[in-house]
Amino acid sequence: MLITRIDRGLLARWWFTVDRALLSLVLLLMALGVLASMAASPPVAEHYGYDTFHFVSNQLVFMVPAVAVLFGASFLNITWVRRLSLLGYIGGCLLMVAALNFGPEIKGAHRWINVGPVNLQPSELVKPTFTLMAAWLLAERIRRPDMPGNWFAWGLYACFVTLLMLEPDFGQTVLITAVFGTMLLVSGISWKFTLCLFGAVVSGAVTAYYSLPHVASRIDRFISPDKGDTFQVDTAIQAFHNGGLYGTGPGGGLAKQILPDAHTDFIFAVVGEEFGLIACGGLVFLFGAVVLRVLARAIRETDPFIALALTGLVSIFGYQATINMMVNVSLLPAKGMTLPFISYGGSSLISMSITMGLILALARKRPDAMLPRGLTAQEVRA
Amino acid sequence: MTQPLMKGQKRLRLVMTLFLGCFVAIGVKLSTLAIYAPEPSAPARGEEVARIPRPAIVDRNGEVLATDIRIPALYADPRKIIDVDEAAELLTATLPELNSGEIRRKLNQKRAFVWLKRELTEKQRDLVHNLGIPGLYFRQEIKRIYPKGKLAAHVLGYTDVDSRGLAGIEKYLDGQGALFKASLAEPNAEKASPAQLSIDVRVQHALTDELNSAMALYKAVAAAGIVMDVHTGEVVAAVSLPDYSPNDPRDAQKPEYLNRFTGGAFELGSVVKAVTFAMALDAGTANLDTTYDVRFPISVGRSKIDDFHPERRTLTLPEVFTYSSNIGTVKMALDVGQKGHEAFLRKIGFYDKLRTEMPEAAGPILPQRFTRVSSMTVSFGHGISIEPMQFVAVAGGLINGGMMIEPTFLKRSAEDAAVFARPIISPETSEKMRYLFRLNATNGTGAKADVPGYRVGGKTGTAEKVVNGSYSGDARLNSYLAAFPMENPRYITLVLLDEPKPTPDSHGYATAGWNVVPTSGRLIARIAPILGIQPELTLAEQEKLAKEDAKEAERLALEEEKRAAAALQEASAVQGN
Repeated sequence: MLITRIDRGLLARWWFTVDRALLSLVLLLMALGVLASMAASPPVAEHYGYDTFHFVSNQLVFMVPAVAVLFGASFLNITWVRRLSLLGYIGGCLLMVAALNFGPEIKGAHRWINVGPVNLQPSELVKPTFTLMAAWLLAERIRRPDMPGNWFAWGLYACFVTLLMLEPDFGQTVLITAVFGTMLLVSGISWKFTLCLFGAVVSGAVTAYYSLPHVASRIDRFISPDKGDTFQVDTAIQAFHNGGLYGTGPGGGLAKQILPDAHTDFIFAVVGEEFGLIACGGLVFLFGAVVLRVLARAIRETDPFIALALTGLVSIFGYQATINMMVNVSLLPAKGMTLPFISYGGSSLISMSITMGLILALARKRPDAMLPRGLTAQEVRA
Repeated sequence: MTQPLMKGQKRLRLVMTLFLGCFVAIGVKLSTLAIYAPEPSAPARGEEVARIPRPAIVDRNGEVLATDIRIPALYADPRKIIDVDEAAELLTATLPELNSGEIRRKLNQKRAFVWLKRELTEKQRDLVHNLGIPGLYFRQEIKRIYPKGKLAAHVLGYTDVDSRGLAGIEKYLDGQGALFKASLAEPNAEKASPAQLSIDVRVQHALTDELNSAMALYKAVAAAGIVMDVHTGEVVAAVSLPDYSPNDPRDAQKPEYLNRFTGGAFELGSVVKAVTFAMALDAGTANLDTTYDVRFPISVGRSKIDDFHPERRTLTLPEVFTYSSNIGTVKMALDVGQKGHEAFLRKIGFYDKLRTEMPEAAGPILPQRFTRVSSMTVSFGHGISIEPMQFVAVAGGLINGGMMIEPTFLKRSAEDAAVFARPIISPETSEKMRYLFRLNATNGTGAKADVPGYRVGGKTGTAEKVVNGSYSGDARLNSYLAAFPMENPRYITLVLLDEPKPTPDSHGYATAGWNVVPTSGRLIARIAPILGIQPELTLAEQEKLAKEDAKEAERLALEEEKRAAAALQEASAVQGN
């Protein structure tokens, strides 16, 4: 049965308004994620004494709710997006408090909460919902300047970041700060204020360097690799070289045998070794295409809330991808950040599906909602 | 346009440019990485030597307890193999255990690396090498092995796949730096000298064996034992059961595999009374002829302190020790006073965590506020939890002349030990303690451990275990502290059995005298000759031995006579010819 434009059902309306190119890119990334997991995870699984395809089958099982969430979220209308994000933010923060108090301690941090057989990371749920709440509050400020929406947004940010630092989770703190900063910039804060904020972030980073020893050691190792252990990064660099243009072929890689995080943080290096520069370039292109396509859509958006929300949500995705890939190719110091949709991990997969589903929902075509190509809202008004 | 618009929206172009820049930078860096070889400064780890060598661990007599061995492993780069059929044929002819079909399949893959066979012998490696097949390579894999299996598992600890020590002496070696770094600097040379432990494998084996038998005989859930030299503080044997094999330490993390001699603090019960006696004797509030009225239980709040075997009369101090009277011990502590009691506990180190080489150290648990009631209960070993090793160290100090010596798992001379020694009681008090310990073995609960000739002395303890917050009637932790030879003790032993059950001949009892004491007896009978302790026999025993000797001499003389006669006969026969 074909859907035609005469149909006015839920599905028909969705099919003709959703960004099908973006949806295809996301589904392609998810499929590639399973493929990469097949290449990278068997040695890790064997190392931990699991079944060879333990991580692959887990990833496939997580794929079912992930795809459901992706499509489900893309059906939401704007009102429901706001309602659910408010609920999600509050619920997520409460779960983070619960994780801090009752969650198991894994590698020195309380980030997880046990729900039956599954380990959940509540901060992954708070990331997209916080972004939406902040976008809404900043947009309200623009719509009604008498309402101090931006202060509420700052409050939500402070609350989330405090919880993250208590866990502690330095990487996510950096990520959320970058995302919030981007949204503030786009919401139109003055350049002077931007500079002040930038200064505050730099001094914050310096404080972290001097007060948190593990952060300091990571940065030291990046600046002077001859000191200390740069095993993972060195191995990753060797892997890219070993792979060359076409790669060693599936199963031919050596790096995955010795990298402890081959299936998560360093999966990009495994892909580089086994499938070569061409595949890595393809991945970079896919991530770039998703980010730039959504940002281009945000530029032409007339509703500030949607423009800001799209910016923030795609920033989560974009920053995470760029940070992970830059760590892999040694452009940034080692930081535990997963590659969206490609790295193994249920919480991160679901969170990214929620994020992309929300982007799809917000980016749906609405009458009178989009400006002609090549013009911004201001230019139209002028 | 009804909606107000954002003035910052144009800045999205800046954001886009930044992202584009990042993606381009990643692409460029990727290309350079793929084209140019990385700097050689990055060591080719995982290529030749898979793990870093660690120093060997040997016992006090040089017996190897842990060592690294190098095992050749065979791998292939199938792309470099010219004739797969020939290679497969030759390989399966040399190493018959290989499956020819699988080798063929592996060598036909377009890969750079396939494992063919790991853990080859040196001879097999030479044979394969001499086949001269291009594309076959060897990798030296280092394997940490513990040739004695489970023996001394908790002392040795174990390592992970990356050669890091995760428990016991192995972990201690990592923290020591020098020893371990010597091998880190020269990963291919085995320069580091072995770490020599104070453990004696013969004693360790005897202790493990006796504890295993005791666990089976008394159906205990766990057991632990310590043998320590009281003059040097050297731990000659330390066992915790159930034990695991460091070669396959999968069980080691489970709670029941806890290191019970330093990794756990336990309420040891009546053995702790020894501390109270030493305190009272040393403070001068009691003498060997002091008497205590133990006719009536002592009331403390709603509960009563009573004796396990009530005598209901007035006991002398040695009788209080041998009958293990709670009432008498409490009175003795009250005579010293709670301040003095607390000060003495501090002096012997019961408020500090004992530092040995073992990373697993539980640390003592004492009442937060040392009240009069605390003083009363602690005097007979309730409300105080200590790791058994710490208790043995203190008990050693009580009988060796009053010097507390920090125990060690590394070999140490008496002179080195003297540096660590600090006085806790006077030599005279120590003399009295030795008398009390010996008395308990000859006239008291420790009779079953009085091995003939070795003058054993000791003190029993039967502690009720705390189950769900209150003392349980039938789950016990039994202990027997013993030392020998008592007139000048050399070695102190502690045997712990967790929840022993009555045996058919124990009349329904499962108290210390019926299980840990006989176990200690069997242990001492076995280890005293190994440790070079001269037996001193009583007159009756000496006469019996002398009779046996005379009989043997008679038999030998008779044999000699016969042989001489036979030789004579033979000689005359030859002459006759």
